[in-house]
Amino acid sequence: MRLFKIILGVAVVGILGFFGIKEIIADPVYFLELFLGGLTRGSIYALIALGYTMVYGIIQLINFAHGEIYMIGAMTALIVASVLGLWGWNSAVIVILAIVFAIVYSCAYGFTVEKIAYKPLRTAPRLSALISAIGMSLFLQNYVMLAQTSEFMPFESLIPDFKFWEPVAHIITAVEMTIIVTTIIVMILLGMLIKFTKIGKAMRATAQDKIMASLVGINVNRVISTTFVVGSATAAIGGVLIACHVGQVNFFIGFLAGLKAFIAAVLGGIGSVPGAVLGSLVLGISESMFTGYFWSEYEDVFAFSILVIILIFRPSGILGKDETSKV
Amino acid sequence: MKSFFKTLALALLTMVVFAAPGFAGDTIKIGCGGVISGDLAPYGISALRGAEIAVEDLNAKGGILGKKIELLVGDDVCKPEVAVNMATKLVSDGAQMIVGHVCSGATIAANKIYKDAGLIVISSASTNDDLTLKGEHPNFFRTISYDGAQADLMTSFVKNNLKVKTVAMIHDKGDYGKGQMELARQYFEKLGGIEVVLFEGITTGAVDYSAIVQKIKRSKAELTMFGGYHSDASKVVGLLKKKRVKTIFFGADGIIGDNFVNLAGKYSDGVYATGPNDTSSNPLYQEISAKHQKKYGEAAGTFTHNGYACVQALAAAAEKAGSLDYDKMRAAMFEIKVDSPLGPIGFDKNGDVIGAGFSVYQVQNGKYTQVN
Repeated sequence: MRLFKIILGVAVVGILGFFGIKEIIADPVYFLELFLGGLTRGSIYALIALGYTMVYGIIQLINFAHGEIYMIGAMTALIVASVLGLWGWNSAVIVILAIVFAIVYSCAYGFTVEKIAYKPLRTAPRLSALISAIGMSLFLQNYVMLAQTSEFMPFESLIPDFKFWEPVAHIITAVEMTIIVTTIIVMILLGMLIKFTKIGKAMRATAQDKIMASLVGINVNRVISTTFVVGSATAAIGGVLIACHVGQVNFFIGFLAGLKAFIAAVLGGIGSVPGAVLGSLVLGISESMFTGYFWSEYEDVFAFSILVIILIFRPSGILGKDETSKV
Repeated sequence: MKSFFKTLALALLTMVVFAAPGFAGDTIKIGCGGVISGDLAPYGISALRGAEIAVEDLNAKGGILGKKIELLVGDDVCKPEVAVNMATKLVSDGAQMIVGHVCSGATIAANKIYKDAGLIVISSASTNDDLTLKGEHPNFFRTISYDGAQADLMTSFVKNNLKVKTVAMIHDKGDYGKGQMELARQYFEKLGGIEVVLFEGITTGAVDYSAIVQKIKRSKAELTMFGGYHSDASKVVGLLKKKRVKTIFFGADGIIGDNFVNLAGKYSDGVYATGPNDTSSNPLYQEISAKHQKKYGEAAGTFTHNGYACVQALAAAAEKAGSLDYDKMRAAMFEIKVDSPLGPIGFDKNGDVIGAGFSVYQVQNGKYTQVN
């Protein structure tokens, strides 16, 4: 088995490496474009995957409604931006307010979802909470569809095409650059929150051992709520950014994005924050490369194949701790 | 003895239940199937409303064969597996003729049920070639031209009017989009002189299409042809413009209509698309548009007038045949001439419409304008 793994690994890396180097030398700009495109996509996955991985780290629940929180963020930004746009507000103010509202609304939804759908099931078998999560996801999708519309709605990019950006716009657009930079900032802030603040310390303690944490005076319920709120906030930022990038939203955008982010989280090692970021970037960049150099028809097939291959080698993900767990 | 009566009662009850559809003779029931929820709903709803208006008009004139018409509505959400269930339900509810469906994939799946039930089906929007040209669906007719006719127009327009040499073809992997692009590629090969440099499918609703856009750019295609629906098309066209890719965007009837222009906004300018002929000068067409505006409070949709023509054709065939018998109805379908909102139409031996075709449009100042 071990020999098989090694042979498989060497074969995959060898073939990819051979073609990769040949292609990169032939057209380095194209490679750069694909790489940056993949980085953008990976950043969006990462913003969503953080919510999955943090929640899993603390209560071992796959929060399948998380994709919907991302969608609600994009929707809220759309509504706020169009209303303020009608009133003729300054576009810089609109951007900030739209993002703030998106974050506040998504956090409120994330918080409420936890209180309604997961908290009563805290001691129930894990499968019950999982079913509850799927139910919540369907509910939120249909709720937004009925309250808003089932059609796609145009989303005017809140980030303008800056004049000074024009020379490189054909390689990476201003919006894509914004996505990457914002993601980096969010990651740094989140890292600091977890490492250096009191609540971050409490989160780490709760993740290690819930009972022990409560014995030493940590309010576990509050820590769990905070985790949902933080995860929702990053998802909302992701929602607003991607809507600016592709220019439209509807009630269903959270499904595929959420699924991909979930794969990314598993890929990186679910429960691990750096793992989720790494997994997202690996997934985003390899998807982009695959579409660019092979066939876009099989982009999703490829994404799932990567998941399978990595899980063969490291069953708990790239940065995951070695312990068996089930979804 | 007691149990005998019980059995008898049960048997009688069962018989009554199964016989019920057979007794439903007071009205003529037309089943109307299509996508009326989800993100393709505008297409299905437009076709359904056309049928609703036609049924009202016909009922005001006394219905078909002296009987009033009743519309049974089903939603297939554009999915073949749902369409089959929905079709079975329409048949068991006693539908005697079918208007629908909208998405070609759903129509193909559902038509197996209708064919077995001996019902004439007429669609206002399904354009897949196989439906008529393969000969597997003898009960199927349509009031919209088939994809082949459209592919022919698209390719010859690209060659003769736009005079490009290289083409990238992108589709959404669906029955409609992929079918259309494969067909167009065959027509390009027949025409000659045009090189297809890229032929790829994309995942509907994916998070980002940057990679495929970069690929189009690298292929240096002068023209990008897209087979699919308006939401994916508008994402791709937006990214093409944002990434400063110089290529002409050319779509088919899936992106015709205001939906696409609204979604793509300023990026839609200059986009070409083929779509059904502009028949808006027809008086009946205008009358239906006015009725639609009055009844639903908004402008008529993409397939409203085709939907109207479907019901008209069914009514005309039934009147000509003098009954709803399948063989008589089918024979009548080939003979009728209908004064529809699309102009005078009839049906050829395959079940395809004669008299309604396609034109090329371009988005100019936020509106599709006919250019050929």
